[in-house]
Amino acid sequence: MSALNVGAKARNADMAARRWPADLSEVPYWVFQDEDVYRAEQKNVFHGQMWNYLCLEAELAEPGDFCATFIGEQPVLVTRDHDGEIYAFENRCAHRGSLLAMEHYGHAQNFTCVYHAWTYNLQGDLTGVAFEDGIGGKGGMGTDFCKAAHSPRRLRLANVHGLIFGSLNNDVPEIEEYLGQEILDCIERLLGGRKPVVLGRYTQGLPNNWKLYVENVKDSYHASILHLFFTTFGLNKLNQKGGIIVSPNGAHHVSWSAINRDAENREYYKDQGIRSDAEYQLEDPSLVDSFSEVGDDVTLQILSVAPGFVLQQIQNSIAVRQVLPTGVDSTDLHWTLLGFEDDTEDQQLIRLKQSNLVGSAGYVSMEDGAIGGFVQRGIAGASSEFATVQMGGKDAVSSESRVTEASIRGFWKFYRDAMGFAIEEDK
Amino acid sequence: MSVDAFTLISRAQGSYVRAIDDGPIEDWPEHFTDDAFYTVTTADNHRRGLPAGVIWANNKAMLRDRISALKEANIYEPHAYRHLLGQPAILSEEGDTVACETSFLVIRITGNGPTDIFASGRYLDEYVLGHGTALLKQRVVVCDSSRTDTLLVLPL
Repeated sequence: MSALNVGAKARNADMAARRWPADLSEVPYWVFQDEDVYRAEQKNVFHGQMWNYLCLEAELAEPGDFCATFIGEQPVLVTRDHDGEIYAFENRCAHRGSLLAMEHYGHAQNFTCVYHAWTYNLQGDLTGVAFEDGIGGKGGMGTDFCKAAHSPRRLRLANVHGLIFGSLNNDVPEIEEYLGQEILDCIERLLGGRKPVVLGRYTQGLPNNWKLYVENVKDSYHASILHLFFTTFGLNKLNQKGGIIVSPNGAHHVSWSAINRDAENREYYKDQGIRSDAEYQLEDPSLVDSFSEVGDDVTLQILSVAPGFVLQQIQNSIAVRQVLPTGVDSTDLHWTLLGFEDDTEDQQLIRLKQSNLVGSAGYVSMEDGAIGGFVQRGIAGASSEFATVQMGGKDAVSSESRVTEASIRGFWKFYRDAMGFAIEEDK
Repeated sequence: MSVDAFTLISRAQGSYVRAIDDGPIEDWPEHFTDDAFYTVTTADNHRRGLPAGVIWANNKAMLRDRISALKEANIYEPHAYRHLLGQPAILSEEGDTVACETSFLVIRITGNGPTDIFASGRYLDEYVLGHGTALLKQRVVVCDSSRTDTLLVLPL
């Protein structure tokens, strides 16, 4: 057994020695703080039996287009070759480990490592080694060197309505089984048969552990309380028609709401004395003018796929978000704002106006950039304490009410299994 | 290049950064014409011709809404900016319309604590001159980096 395998086994054993509450409503704070847990996640979660979002098929329109992205911390390249197919492989030269491509989105006919000019084709096959036969019969590779045995590892790929997911794990179930029918249906609702167009991209640096952002995305309870903008303009009230879908494995979720054509009732908020009921007028209310996105009444659909993908419809602001850990207490959130090929000019104008709702400067989501940092700082010195997520009960199932933390519990159920923690007996 | 345009624009830019850094922040939208276009985007989006950015506004009312939102709606840790601007490079003058570019560096001070470099980039501007004033008809804020730390609530 290699030293590497021994190390990996020891690390897994470490995780198995950690005790995690049986009660899904208790989340130990050390899980956001511990360097060993962070290291183990790279293997057990990101390289584990997971599908990781990589990019959009639309971002690889032409043969030679590539995207340099990450699975957890590991750099990977996603390409479109001349056969029209999409490929993905580790963005690491098989020779001495240098990155093969550095541009986030680019175009290339092949990838040549800058260090010693080893060359790879768009499928990730090693095709050239500089001075392979030496010079003048001296030097060069030995006769037993075989280029085919030295290609970067290929990823398994899945294309879900134009979303490209990849996995480094051979045992991950097929994507349909991984996501479950309800999640698939909600992706199809927004993207099925449509051709997305990228309107813009940016990255939001979050001063917190990646899982605090994942919790935040899955937390429909906070949305109309923390985000004043949402509630005041009727974008997302908990008394709207809506619900939470938790996938059977707990890992993924959808929170949705729709125009309630029967009643708009503000009394719930008045009764709770929550500041979300504050009056607030826009000088240009056209910001919240919208059209039916796909012909139904749904105005909000936040969908997450574990470990770190979000597909968002907030009115007509459509975006994908990729959650990438960069350290125990730092995360990069990559936003890609979308329109569609058949959008009219008016529809694109509405999307651009509503781009103000989301992202680093988003009226309804800027707080999400800060709240994780408030928790990360708040739990300093409290590694033996627990967060409590009991809203809506203690299980992790779908619900008609969005006053619930069911999808957060679902994530922890999936995560603690993936990490291999020892589950404590029920108290 | 007339000295007048340079002087008027320099004066306007001094007043602009003072409104954001030292206040009152309500004065910030007053540096724009009613039909002004203002966006904050990344150099990468700008180079690729992608229209959406971090902030997008096509009139002054939307800029006023930014200010009322940051004062009345949005939640964030108290912080302040210090803008350092380069000299405006006047690119063209046609009638009362002047195109110019100015580099900027914005330092963010969070609470009484960290002083961080928050953003660098350039303003791509179109000013309208008149009556001893220069008003922004267009300001495209092109940030050099695609990455914003935590959030952007005060304008650039």
